[in-house]
Amino acid sequence: MAVEVRIPTILRQYTGGAKTVEGAGDTLAALIDDLESKHPGLRDRLVENGSLRRFVNVYVNDEDVRFLGGEKAALTDGDNVTVLPAVAGGAR
Amino acid sequence: MLSIRRDIVDAIVAHARKDHPDEACGVVAGPVGSDRPERFVPMLNAARSPTFYEFDSMDLLRLYREMDDNDEEPVVIYHSHTATEAYPSRTDVSLANEPGAHYVLVSTRDDDTQDFRSFRIVDGEVTEEEVQVIDGE
Repeated sequence: MAVEVRIPTILRQYTGGAKTVEGAGDTLAALIDDLESKHPGLRDRLVENGSLRRFVNVYVNDEDVRFLGGEKAALTDGDNVTVLPAVAGGAR
Repeated sequence: MLSIRRDIVDAIVAHARKDHPDEACGVVAGPVGSDRPERFVPMLNAARSPTFYEFDSMDLLRLYREMDDNDEEPVVIYHSHTATEAYPSRTDVSLANEPGAHYVLVSTRDDDTQDFRSFRIVDGEVTEEEVQVIDGE
């Protein structure tokens, strides 16, 4: 069961510079566990206390996973996952 | 140093003035590795706030897909501060995730003084840089 994952520039330090990596898992959480086993350090940048970080956006087939159940979002073979850090900030 | 065309500087400032008192935000994309900000892309501030900005998540995905297809990267990421100086806040620094980008800040605190500054934000460290405005074209 393979899922293609697009990695943003800032996280490519964990993937040896690779822009896309392959992973497996029937949920996003399982996929992230699988990615962590191959690219140690990645999980911490995506997940905090078991939930996706507020300022990291994850998309499954171009849909924001926040609307698909977050880390419980179901995955199937051939899905595409994209990770993008939020572009955010402000004077506050 | 950031080298940027005057018409793009003017477009960023105009966007910041238009959205005042909310913060305005956007990017200027350019060819990968060129360090040339060429394509002005104003973004919607999904937070619609005077003290916070965030690109809408679907807009963000479309923007990065588009840049990918065009072999572009975000050379400049800009936003405005509407009541404070054009200097990265603690929030700006902790959320800066493009170490290769020039972070441009514009302050719209004063109506007639233009405060347009550029910074590198890498691993939580802020370095101000010179802005060279290019005339013509």
